[in-house]
Amino acid sequence: MTANATLGAPNQKQASGATRWLRRYALQIGITLVAFAIWIFFVIGSPQTFFSRNIYAAFMSTTPFFGIVALPLTMVVITGEMDLSFPSIMSFGMLVFSTVLFATANPWLAMVACLAAGLAAGFLNGWLITKFLVPSLVITIGTQFFWRGVVQVLTNGTGKSLLMTRDTLFYNIFVGRINGWFPMQMIWMILVALLTWVFLNRHRFGAHVYLVGDNKESARLMGVSVSRTKIMVFAITGMAAALAGMIASLELSYYWPTLGEGYLLNTLSSVFLGGTSVFGGAGTVYGTFVASFIIGAINAGIVAVGLSGFWTQLIYGLIIVISVIVQTVVSKKIS
Amino acid sequence: MTTPALELVNVSKSFGEVKSLHNINFKVEPGEVVGLLGDNGAGKSTLVKVITGYHAPDPGGEIYFGGQKVDHLSMQKARDLGVECVYQEKALADLQSLWRNIFMGRELTTSMGFMDVKKMQAETERLMQEHMGFTSKAVSAETPVKTMSGGERQGIAITRALYFQANIIILDEPTMALSLTETKKVLDFIGGIAKAGKSAIFIDHNIFHVYPVVDRIVVLDRGMIAGEFMKNEVTLEELIERLYTVARTGTYDKSDGAVLKNLEVPA
Ligand SMILES: Nc1ncnc2c1ncn2[C@@H]1O[C@H](COP(=O)(O)OP(=O)(O)OP(=O)(O)O)[C@@H](O)[C@H]1O
Ligand SMILES: [Mg+2]
Repeated sequence: MTANATLGAPNQKQASGATRWLRRYALQIGITLVAFAIWIFFVIGSPQTFFSRNIYAAFMSTTPFFGIVALPLTMVVITGEMDLSFPSIMSFGMLVFSTVLFATANPWLAMVACLAAGLAAGFLNGWLITKFLVPSLVITIGTQFFWRGVVQVLTNGTGKSLLMTRDTLFYNIFVGRINGWFPMQMIWMILVALLTWVFLNRHRFGAHVYLVGDNKESARLMGVSVSRTKIMVFAITGMAAALAGMIASLELSYYWPTLGEGYLLNTLSSVFLGGTSVFGGAGTVYGTFVASFIIGAINAGIVAVGLSGFWTQLIYGLIIVISVIVQTVVSKKIS
Repeated sequence: MTTPALELVNVSKSFGEVKSLHNINFKVEPGEVVGLLGDNGAGKSTLVKVITGYHAPDPGGEIYFGGQKVDHLSMQKARDLGVECVYQEKALADLQSLWRNIFMGRELTTSMGFMDVKKMQAETERLMQEHMGFTSKAVSAETPVKTMSGGERQGIAITRALYFQANIIILDEPTMALSLTETKKVLDFIGGIAKAGKSAIFIDHNIFHVYPVVDRIVVLDRGMIAGEFMKNEVTLEELIERLYTVARTGTYDKSDGAVLKNLEVPA
């Protein structure tokens, strides 16, 4: 090929390598600074707590309950869609888990069934959205109620004890403590983050996730299957929700049918605070990962200073609104 | 005579009662750049959408690629046959980097689907220097395309088509809404298509854009081919004269100077 046309370089050409780097990673640098500032704030406010490892062990034991969902949910939001049904899928997955567990006494089999149930519920979301072209926001409000309803009907609202799993190998692999303090669920969240990062940044599937969210018309014209990509991200998120529900229940050794309620806001806040664009096409695993811990820390901080749990909702609400606005303004400035 | 890269025989296209294309016979030779001119609503976009497999033609029409008859042309089939369309607005994903746009939908991957990011970045850097004329250090394969000008963006889309060995590149009003200098860049790129030995169909309302870069001009009027000119057989002045006639009468034979409706000619 010899298209030798000459294009002048674009206008704002004098940007050096360093400014280019800063601009490219602006959101990630921003979120890191926010995390650091909050940490300093806590350390000054309560040095003895924040210089002991207990507080970090506590963060690392509870943050994965929603962080494991926030990571793949980031992909859903990058494709320009939304999923509000994951809290109910967490519970639906555990319903399947407990049913299989009590029938077979085999937690591994129960886990496989639980993940498959989450995958299927997520797949259904994706299929409904792409097949009938209904906004995902609406469909997943529907499926959120639907799966919660399924759980309530089948359990009659009563929970199940999972004490039989306590201190088994299975239990230790998912929610045990390394050296008596480091929670295993943190390892799982890191694994989910690494997997999500690899797929989003190093696999064709992730490239298509970004393209679909950025310009689905051009993606389609270039042969990217928009529907398949969307169905995949919903299915993966459904499966992650089931995994997170299982880990949260194992930690408590109890399955509450209300499992997942109360995770909606902090999961969404993690995604948006992490810099994922509500308009699709942009977002990072790093941002969501760090933001999950900020959200977890804020929760602990509110309790630590003696405010009631009602304050958490107010603050998460503010975080969502502010981070979405800041992002929108910043990205308009950059372009 | 060579086998045409593309040939349409008796192709019509109706939308309900509206017949947008009437028995079109149209061909593009290998390495030929064909200019497609015509008023608003003449059927130019409809014609290229039939070629790209977006619209199915009415029964009875035939489409040949390299002499092979193709039935039930789909968008995927057209792409596999080397048809690549450059759209003004739809071509690029703005927030994504240059390399992700160049390799959109055709990422270089292992059999497991993992991407060779380094290779794609290196290829993009090479294309930028050798074919797109980006010399500044401030623009890299990682630069998001939203920072680039309209002409540059079209250049990226055309370069992408050439890189992936498209045989027939379709440009539907690629200079729309571009300034003079940006238009010049796009026209240079279209010149590059011919140099690369590929065919192109170039739609534009401005005869001054079309004339310098094409080998042949086809004029559509109300869904019919109203005239066809080899560039080396007509001067620009004669062509403009004939286009006036077409716009007025629907054919260029009966000569009387009429007002050209939407083909931009200076007053
Ligand atoms: N999907 C469609 N449904 C119904 N009518 C259509 C459709 N697409 C095109 N047409 C009609 O076909 C005719 C030709 O349209 P087309 O877009 O091909 O014109 P064009 O030559 O590209 O015009 P322009 O220069 O304005 O782009 C018009 O009358 C248009 O209204
Ligand atoms: Mg048109």
